Amino acid sequence: MIHPLRKQRMQWICLILISASVATALIAYMLRQNANFFYTPSQIVIGQAPLGVSLRAGGEVVVGSLKRAQQSLAIEFLVSDGSHSVKVKYEGILPDLFSEGQSTVVTGKIDDQNTLHAVQVLAKHDENYTPPEIAEMYENQGI
Amino acid sequence: MIRSFFSLKWLYRLSSPKLFYSISGKAIPWLLSVSVALLTLGLFWGLLVAPPDARQGDSFRIIYIHVPSSFLALAGYYFMAVAGAVGLVWRTKLSFWFMKSAASIGASMTFLALFTGAIWGRPSWGTYWVWDARVTSMLILLFLYLGVMAMIRAFDNKEYGQKNGAILALVGTVNVPIIYKSVDWWHTLHQPATLKLTSESTIHIDMLQPLLVMILGFYLFYALTICLFLRAEILYHEQATSWVKDLCARRQEKSG
Repeated sequence: MIHPLRKQRMQWICLILISASVATALIAYMLRQNANFFYTPSQIVIGQAPLGVSLRAGGEVVVGSLKRAQQSLAIEFLVSDGSHSVKVKYEGILPDLFSEGQSTVVTGKIDDQNTLHAVQVLAKHDENYTPPEIAEMYENQGI
Repeated sequence: MIRSFFSLKWLYRLSSPKLFYSISGKAIPWLLSVSVALLTLGLFWGLLVAPPDARQGDSFRIIYIHVPSSFLALAGYYFMAVAGAVGLVWRTKLSFWFMKSAASIGASMTFLALFTGAIWGRPSWGTYWVWDARVTSMLILLFLYLGVMAMIRAFDNKEYGQKNGAILALVGTVNVPIIYKSVDWWHTLHQPATLKLTSESTIHIDMLQPLLVMILGFYLFYALTICLFLRAEILYHEQATSWVKDLCARRQEKSG
């Protein structure tokens, strides 16, 4: 049999945990868009992202879309989430993990042609860790 | 036997500072040797033997520190909060001292996770720091740990500080599932989980094995540091008791 005083203290602890969880859930629900680090290309194309202010867009760099200028560091590429894509223009050095077919997050402003003029390009790594030989084997098998 | 296990009498007896001091004294040499052996093996295996990653090359090897320290940062928060709750309900002195020890160690683990993440982020992401949901919620965890540490020490009345620290620790537990699920709930720059409980992990077995050794090594190292911190707390708080005075007298006899 548990002592009544201890039982009361346990009830207080449960009350603290429940009220803290409810408060946090409400805050998280209110922040559900603001807590996102980036917009998807679909959100930008259907007009959910604001124009002319600095924002981030994230998705996969479309294979074959990366174009580099001959005389400068200027580049452009398409970022896609599978259903829509957005053109990105950037001038600068790219991170090591940036490549076609991989995820990226870019910061910049969107003009009225839905082109994003990036001031920062970040590479997003995926959750897979593979030795080079195995990755090569998968590639040869076309996976 | 089973019934006495579930009646938690054994745990209650272990919460006697004197008994914990003597049992942990016997456990420390074991914890020390096994954790050092596992950490040495895991580091050697992970840093030198495991193959490089196809895309990241050698920089992926930071996961052998980053992942175990993040695990302990999250799990350690629950250890701290549960100890705080036990202290609030049963008013056992040892649980509050455990909470105090877990707060400092957890803060160090969280700092290590953030620090290794930052030095990996610079070459891989292209930046040391981003304010995405995962990294930000992890920073909040560090502040929660520091808050609990400060709260425990903030009052002249020690018991008052411990109770307040325990309540803060309990409120902060809501942050732990948020950190864990942040990569699924929101768009983040941080990648989703690689080690999964319910489905197959997305890491090659040759890279996974040393990681598991490191995680086990970190858990034992955590247990070791908890024992060491807790013993220091016990000696400090119980210095006026006869058993601590006897202990000191015997030590002096041995060395003198």
